[in-house]
Amino acid sequence: MSYIKCSDLKMGYEDGVVFENLSFSVNKGEYLCIVGENGSGKSTLMKGLLGLVNPLGGSIEYGEGLEKKGIGYLPQQTDIQSDFPSSVYEVVLSGTLNLRRIPFYSKEQKKIALSNMDRVGILDLKSKCFQDLSGGQQQRVLLARALCATTKLIILDEPITGLDPLASQDLYDLVQKLNKDGITVVMVSHDIKSAVTHASHILHLSGDSYFYGTTHEYMHSPYGAKFLITDCPCDDCQHTHKGGNKLV
Amino acid sequence: MFEIFTYDFMIRALIVGTLVSLCAALLGVILVLKRYSMIGDGLSHVGFGALAIAAAANLAELQVAVPIVLIAAFFLLRLSKKSGLNGDAAIAVISTTALAIGVIVAGVAGLNTDLNSYLFGSILATTNADAVMCVVLAIVVIVVFLVFYNKIFSVTFDESFAAATGARPAVYNMIIAVLTALTIVIGMKIMGTLLISALIIFPALSAMRLCKSFKSVIIVSGILSVFCFIFGLILSYYLDIATGPTVVLFNCAVLIIFYVISRIRMKFL
Repeated sequence: MSYIKCSDLKMGYEDGVVFENLSFSVNKGEYLCIVGENGSGKSTLMKGLLGLVNPLGGSIEYGEGLEKKGIGYLPQQTDIQSDFPSSVYEVVLSGTLNLRRIPFYSKEQKKIALSNMDRVGILDLKSKCFQDLSGGQQQRVLLARALCATTKLIILDEPITGLDPLASQDLYDLVQKLNKDGITVVMVSHDIKSAVTHASHILHLSGDSYFYGTTHEYMHSPYGAKFLITDCPCDDCQHTHKGGNKLV
Repeated sequence: MFEIFTYDFMIRALIVGTLVSLCAALLGVILVLKRYSMIGDGLSHVGFGALAIAAAANLAELQVAVPIVLIAAFFLLRLSKKSGLNGDAAIAVISTTALAIGVIVAGVAGLNTDLNSYLFGSILATTNADAVMCVVLAIVVIVVFLVFYNKIFSVTFDESFAAATGARPAVYNMIIAVLTALTIVIGMKIMGTLLISALIIFPALSAMRLCKSFKSVIIVSGILSVFCFIFGLILSYYLDIATGPTVVLFNCAVLIIFYVISRIRMKFL
């Protein structure tokens, strides 16, 4: 059984179907990147996985002890107000609220918050104001909050939007490290090049069709080839890429 | 200076006013951050209409106003959620309509002398029974707020994260709407319907100038609100001017001072 298994998924809103017949799964330890053009349904799919939007058809099953509310979620920065007064510690701590029913923080929850702040390297920012931080630091704070809500799987929505190249690389490295430590990662991204260097699996949504497979398979598929005019590093490759340079 | 508190009505005003100020300050932070400031204003106008109807029909004011304002709160929250409808304009429509109904009802029923006290508040208007009811409601508001404090923070800060991790934002938005409605109704008599929304917005804005964490904003907002009310009450007594407006001007002065301090701090620190 996988953490998440989608079968014949059909999703959309009142004004139409965004995609249908989508089947894929997310297994323990994987790093799945969901890529695709604007409007191809990346965000809709993600909301479906989080339980924020109900599917129109098909099913989303959660397994291996993963609960819907036990998914750590890193939303897009734009969802958060720019003038909200809050300390880093308050933000991270709020990630533990799904751990118990009583709405007060226990010692245990505070410990979880602190250890996750340590994990993403923001312990020294604890009492800083969230809004005064740089974009990269803010993403780390939100990542720590997401980790508080889960021990299994995090979903990241366009995490590098608005970050400079250095901060983006930092964030990718951090996510990679978390993945190595055993956190399963699902990332919605525009950045196909980075997706193929970090992810183990790719889900490419493209209007009425889609691709799902390992990153290696993706790079050799027509879906991947359209975007990746780079040298494939693998030994099996004999084919010519769009650039015309034959790989040996 | 404390001989003013030998009067019963002053004691009542002090107790009710302090509690209302505290409720308004706590909720104000949330409402300002959620961009719901206008909902508070709209609800107070609906409250005015309800008060006028209750007075004209000779019914107990709070018992009429509480349910009407609660219904309006549910309704306004709905409107502001729907993106298709212009929520801002809808609030203006509802609040001015309610105000107009209130003025006409008061006029027809010959309550024109009371009109002024409804609109701008009167510390003399609170009876003993009112005061008890207000104290009970205020304590309910404060206790509910504190119990759900962490959840309310989470939902206000980032609704989609809260929803994804199993909280139900709609429930907490409703709680906030109900608490706001209660606060407005119990505050209307003293502050007046036109001024009660000042009590909600000013302390939160002042506190947000200087504080960097949510908790400190809530605490400072509460302290400022109570401070401004008590000093406004005392000052208005000695200068023989209306209490509600004095409190509002006190709040405004504090906001200006805090704004200046925050600008200076930004420049030199």
